[in-house]
Amino acid sequence: MSILFDSNSKVIVQGITGKQGSFHTKLMMEYGTNVVGGVRPGKGGEWFEGTVPIFDTVKKAREVTGANVNMVIVPPAAAVDAIYESVDAGIELIIVLTEHIPVHDMMKAYQYVKASNSRLIGPNCPGLLVPDVGKVGFMPGSIATPGNVGVVSKSGTLTYEVVYALTEAGLGQTTCIGIGGDPVIGTTFVDVLEMFENDPDTEKVVLIGEIGGRAEIDAAEYIKKHMTKPVAAFIAGQSAPPGKRMGHAGAIVSGGEGTAEEKIKALQNAGVRVARNPEEIPDLLK
Amino acid sequence: MNLHEYQSKFRFGEFGIPIPRGKVATTPKEAYEIAKELGGFVVIKSQVLVGGRGKAGGVKLAKSAEEARDLAAEILSKTIKGLPVRKVLVDPGVRFNQEIYLGITNDRAVGKPVMMASSEGGVEIEEIARTKPEAIVKEYIDPCFGLHAYQVNNIASGINLPYDHWKQFTQIAMALWQCYLASDAELAEINPLVITDEGQLLAIDGKMIIDDSALPRHPDLAEMRDIEDEPEAETRAREAGISYVKLDGQIGCMVNGAGLAMTTMDMTKLYGGDDIGPANFLDIGGGASPEKVAAALRIILSDPNVKSILINIFGGITRCDDVARGLLVAYEEVKPDVPMVIRLQGTNAKEGRQIIDEANIPNLVSASTLTEAAQKAVEAAKGAM
Repeated sequence: MSILFDSNSKVIVQGITGKQGSFHTKLMMEYGTNVVGGVRPGKGGEWFEGTVPIFDTVKKAREVTGANVNMVIVPPAAAVDAIYESVDAGIELIIVLTEHIPVHDMMKAYQYVKASNSRLIGPNCPGLLVPDVGKVGFMPGSIATPGNVGVVSKSGTLTYEVVYALTEAGLGQTTCIGIGGDPVIGTTFVDVLEMFENDPDTEKVVLIGEIGGRAEIDAAEYIKKHMTKPVAAFIAGQSAPPGKRMGHAGAIVSGGEGTAEEKIKALQNAGVRVARNPEEIPDLLK
Repeated sequence: MNLHEYQSKFRFGEFGIPIPRGKVATTPKEAYEIAKELGGFVVIKSQVLVGGRGKAGGVKLAKSAEEARDLAAEILSKTIKGLPVRKVLVDPGVRFNQEIYLGITNDRAVGKPVMMASSEGGVEIEEIARTKPEAIVKEYIDPCFGLHAYQVNNIASGINLPYDHWKQFTQIAMALWQCYLASDAELAEINPLVITDEGQLLAIDGKMIIDDSALPRHPDLAEMRDIEDEPEAETRAREAGISYVKLDGQIGCMVNGAGLAMTTMDMTKLYGGDDIGPANFLDIGGGASPEKVAAALRIILSDPNVKSILINIFGGITRCDDVARGLLVAYEEVKPDVPMVIRLQGTNAKEGRQIIDEANIPNLVSASTLTEAAQKAVEAAKGAM
């Protein structure tokens, strides 16, 4: 089994007609993901690849297809509106891949989602992948294989790197989730750790964090108090100087807070095996 | 994007926050004219985007226009933490009896703005948080409903502000909130907000950080970016759509993805020890097309400290053999003369490595693991030093 997504999940893609949207939707479908519709105002009634109906609104798409997952891949100026629209349409899982959403907009949308029954993953995330079942987002399907390791990460290619290393070492995955590198995100490490802890098929967990904020410290506190399953971790940005933003909007050490050092220490104190090098992770799980 | 003190304060002023009526000078003569106009008693403040200007001798008091001219000359010839001082702010001198901290920032974990204040202003808020955390008062602001007047009362009460100043303090706090909102700020900070000997509140120093993601809708703020105050390579990278940060080490790094780019930096430090480390952060984004790789190579090589280059690409949807061919095209175009180590991993990695190896370029070697790649890049850098 997996968390958040399984073979019953029905996915719609908001922004399905865009260059990125159509490219990744095709890859998702090739991987076996149940993509039941797309959303693009003004193109309702048309078909994507001849098989997937396009709707003008999320509400309409949900009514007709019964979709419970919406992947949002629209430009930053339209992305928060897509979050509000998804919440109001009753979508259970909203996965926002879009980068560069202004934080002020995101804080409002975050509060809106929090007061609803929807869950938001992202923004600025690679999405999730359940090996051999389906994927929503950018993660390449070829690198993953089914197994008992749960992977949660703030980043994209670094996650692929670790998932690939796990697969090569014969360690398959239950679910791989990228929660995003923005300062304000819908689903945190703690949320996902709790789901992995409660998932009977996940036996081990990998956490990949980075500098900035205190999400990894919160994760360490949660692990110490509540987790029975072993966790291995890697924290990126140990050599990054303070005050400089390292690509991700959230990856910045400000005012001495959010350093890799303090995160590593907190995780180690919680009994987490912390890798100095991401290539060590499979060994730490054995 | 960080704003200079003068940019931050002038913006505060536009929102009705009382600020000193100073002006910016780029020459000692201009500083003299401004000081004369302000009556001679002035403070000369270097405008560079680093903290600790005072300790570095970048802030000085002058009692006359002549002294202001001489001190401006001295400060304008300084370099503070690697940044040459090109501008000074000449502010009228102010006598005050209390310093307050007042700021608004985004609380990432809570997903709300938070207003913070302290009666122990004048030092950095992080310093207060370390030494006297009980002296910081916080109010979380609902991003949908905004700052309520009662919350400002909570803050005024929490910092024991004398009642005489509550009315003006409320106006300033509300104006700061409006300024933070209208500027899409990550931080809007007055430190210190002083109580002058005349009994008025005055924002004598300020700092703003603007959310880069919001700059497209604030052309006026985007124009305030001080290109002179950042390394030229960072400006060029931004124009090329490449995420680049210059660092102090010797190994130029080129990576796809921000998390992996940080990790690659970390590996050069892990194996390089105290003397060798990353020369930069660089994320070329998805795809790794020959044009992007060539642009990234030029940016990395513009840093004279670079002694070797480590290219680390994870091919997911992009295949490593395509990336390898692209790298060779870019290599031919740029012809770098420093040793380069290339590590390709993921989809078709073997084929990619084979293409690199068969090209048989003396200063271009491939590696199969990140560990091996980092070690090779460190050795190459050591050999060139």
